[in-house]
Amino acid sequence: MAQTQGAYYVPHGSHWPIVGSIGLFSTVIGAANLINGGHGLTAAPLMYLGLAIIVFMMFGWFGTVIRESLSGIYNNQVDVSFRMGMMWFIFSEVMFFAAFFGALFYARMYSVPWVGGEGHGGLTNYYLWQGYTPSWPTNGPGDIGGSFETIPAWHLPLINTLLLLSSGVTITFAHHALRAGHRRALLVWLAATIGFGVTFLYFQATEYMEAYQHLNLTLGSGIYGSTFFMLTGFHGMHVTLGAIMLTVMWFRCAKGHFTRENHFGFEAVAWYWHFVDVVWLGLFVFVYVL
Amino acid sequence: MAHAAVHDDHHDAHDHKPQGFLHRWLFTTNHKDIGTLYLVFALVMFLTGGSMAMIIRAELFQPGMQLVQPEFFNEMTTVHALVMIFGAVMPAFVGLGNWMIPLQVGAPDMALPRMNNWSFWILPFAFTLLISSLFMPGAGPQGGWTLYPPLSLQGGNSVAFVIFAIHMMGISSIMGAINIIATILNMRAPGMDLLKMPIFVWSWLITAFLLIAVMPVLAGAVTMLLTDKYFGTSFFNAAGGGDPVMFQHIFWFFGHPEVYIMILPAFGIVSEIIPTFARKPLFGYQAMIYAIASIAFLSFIVWAHHMFTVGMPLGGELYFMYATMLIAIPTGVKVFNWVTTMWEGSMTFETPMLFAIAFVILFTIGGFSGLMLAIVPADFQYHDTYFVVAHFHYVLVTGAIFAIMASVYYWLPKWCGNMYSERWGKIHFWMSVISVNVLFFPQHFLGLAGMPRRIPDYNVAFADFNMVSSIGGFWFGASQLLFVGVVIHAVYFSKNRATSRVWEGARGLEWTVPSPAPHHTFSEPPKIDNSMLAHGDVTH
Ligand code: HEM
Ligand SMILES: [Cu+2]
Repeated sequence: MAQTQGAYYVPHGSHWPIVGSIGLFSTVIGAANLINGGHGLTAAPLMYLGLAIIVFMMFGWFGTVIRESLSGIYNNQVDVSFRMGMMWFIFSEVMFFAAFFGALFYARMYSVPWVGGEGHGGLTNYYLWQGYTPSWPTNGPGDIGGSFETIPAWHLPLINTLLLLSSGVTITFAHHALRAGHRRALLVWLAATIGFGVTFLYFQATEYMEAYQHLNLTLGSGIYGSTFFMLTGFHGMHVTLGAIMLTVMWFRCAKGHFTRENHFGFEAVAWYWHFVDVVWLGLFVFVYVL
Repeated sequence: MAHAAVHDDHHDAHDHKPQGFLHRWLFTTNHKDIGTLYLVFALVMFLTGGSMAMIIRAELFQPGMQLVQPEFFNEMTTVHALVMIFGAVMPAFVGLGNWMIPLQVGAPDMALPRMNNWSFWILPFAFTLLISSLFMPGAGPQGGWTLYPPLSLQGGNSVAFVIFAIHMMGISSIMGAINIIATILNMRAPGMDLLKMPIFVWSWLITAFLLIAVMPVLAGAVTMLLTDKYFGTSFFNAAGGGDPVMFQHIFWFFGHPEVYIMILPAFGIVSEIIPTFARKPLFGYQAMIYAIASIAFLSFIVWAHHMFTVGMPLGGELYFMYATMLIAIPTGVKVFNWVTTMWEGSMTFETPMLFAIAFVILFTIGGFSGLMLAIVPADFQYHDTYFVVAHFHYVLVTGAIFAIMASVYYWLPKWCGNMYSERWGKIHFWMSVISVNVLFFPQHFLGLAGMPRRIPDYNVAFADFNMVSSIGGFWFGASQLLFVGVVIHAVYFSKNRATSRVWEGARGLEWTVPSPAPHHTFSEPPKIDNSMLAHGDVTH
């Protein structure tokens, strides 16, 4: 049932969206020129300018929303709209990762066995890739990128799993502290969460360096390298974003933006963090362990 | 674009609109303004994509190479489809949703008005990017809208631009869909129960779910294309253990729900219009909702019917064949209910109704050809021929586009306060409905005879039907200029003022506000009494 409490708040016009579009436009033009081998101002500089505009837009837009929220003009209905917005946004992110997990499963279950001659792939194997025995990990019958080794699951990845799981616990403690009105505990638990996140990223970077420098495992290492780096890379980008959002929340908590009842911004970031956490569990199992 | 601006004088005093043209349209958070922006944008894209179609039909007028280079021909088929799908049909539906959903559920605006603005204002930039790719070194995209690798990766600089343009369209669609879901679930006036909502609102609720579920998958697919081309990954490279067919699976996991994204809101529109002009309640309201929901569910599990000829295992062919055929059941329920709604109704045939009836008949033809394509052994023959082209143009042009036309004629008086010219509306209808069949019906025969799609030249055996089809094409294209004329006339020149109900048989909250709808409506939630609603007396 729809609920209406008082008149609904309809914001006045805003210039932030168009600023955001200009930022997005500049970013992608710059990026496209860059990867097409461009050098001048319309390549990397344009991309960075665009990213800067997007960051500027986010400060401005979220700043406006925060000011409006603090001045108390939002009612319960606005709050529910924000919640739904965040939930469905996270769902869309889940589907984005699903595409890459789908690619991983398809490669492992179908395309690699087929080029290896299994199932109905006999002729493909005979005519095109004779002598290739399917296995996983693989960089394919063409040995794309040269032979490589993989990251063992039970070292850094295991530590990273524990780090992220712990961060899921600490953010819940932080939420409880917020609801109980204990700001000091809130700040400590939140800082711990950020700390776990940053440590995770540090280990992830170490792992990438190890892969590139010692294991010859790169983005170009056939289908294994592709799925490995795209999945863990996009996940790492989400952890980075999540850590930035947590940091913003830390400052907002310190400034006393949130009340015991009213702290949607915090909750949205917590949901996002849990989502990042769950994706990692999928990665740990399907990319590292199995 | 300025059309609403000229009615300032009709509006009540409490209507405060931002001053200044740019300020108003760039910064707007008003669902009606944003709806208008979407609709105008969709019309511009419809004409742009339409001009490309004219080039295609001109080249195909006769066998042999006539006018354009093969590369340019391929660019035209690719960009025509992308523009029509992502620039015309989808934004038109989002524009209709923006205008009508708040009015139909008694909400003051969309749930997230600022994000609503952003959803729209990404699109002009995205399409600038897409269309500019035609002028780039190494030419524009030529691999077809389905972007199959390895062909699509063999383009020049444009590949990156096209992919980023698709990312931007996806961001826009996802934000638009989130907004629509939040509006429907959170903003209904008290008393507007889910099972009293207009069918158009229901169809959009389900469509928005499809959008959020599959646009990110498309984003993933094109991202893999990007990294395969520019960063050395091997997703679609068999030598590296990947598979070009994998792209097709991921693409069509998006692609089949996508075709339903383009038709479910059309179902909703037709289910609004037919009861109004048959002066009877919609037959089987709840069955219609269940049918939409089951079509949406099935659309996730039939994708590989686009890939019967790629060499799937037999079990896969059989599964996807039978699953696809299941869709005919809920679709049949809908067609049955539309026909039954008209049965013994006291019907009148104003332009919206004409388009809606044409929709029912011609969309059904498209559904039948779809069933033929779903039969695996038959599809081995039809795949990648003009039969497929005929199929999807029946469901998309006489389906989606006709429903959009119908809805514009139906709701335009509510938007601008004036009636359109019924005589010119009818002329537009008859010109369109005849020419569209001249255009697309012969393509069935061409396909059955074996003419492949996406080629600029063909065997002389196909000459006659191609010429007929091209004549139909030019005729249909020219007829759409009438539509532009009818709309401009209604908005700026018509002296025939609309009442708030507009149509005698119309039911629903949108008809309780004045025509034109004031800039802000339902600032206080309306008191709903069931007799105002089309489906107010549904018992459950
Ligand atoms: C009863 C319902 C339907 C069935 C059984 C059906 C079946 C099919 C099949 C089997 C194909 C693949 C043909 C081939 O490439 O060989 C196809 C293609 C297509 N269908 Fe449908 N279809 C149905 C309804 C629709 C609807 C409602 C739409 C859109 C509004 C649609 C849009 C398309 C498009 C765009 C293509 C071609 C895509 C491409 O290859 O570019 N179909 N359909
Ligand atoms: Cu399909």
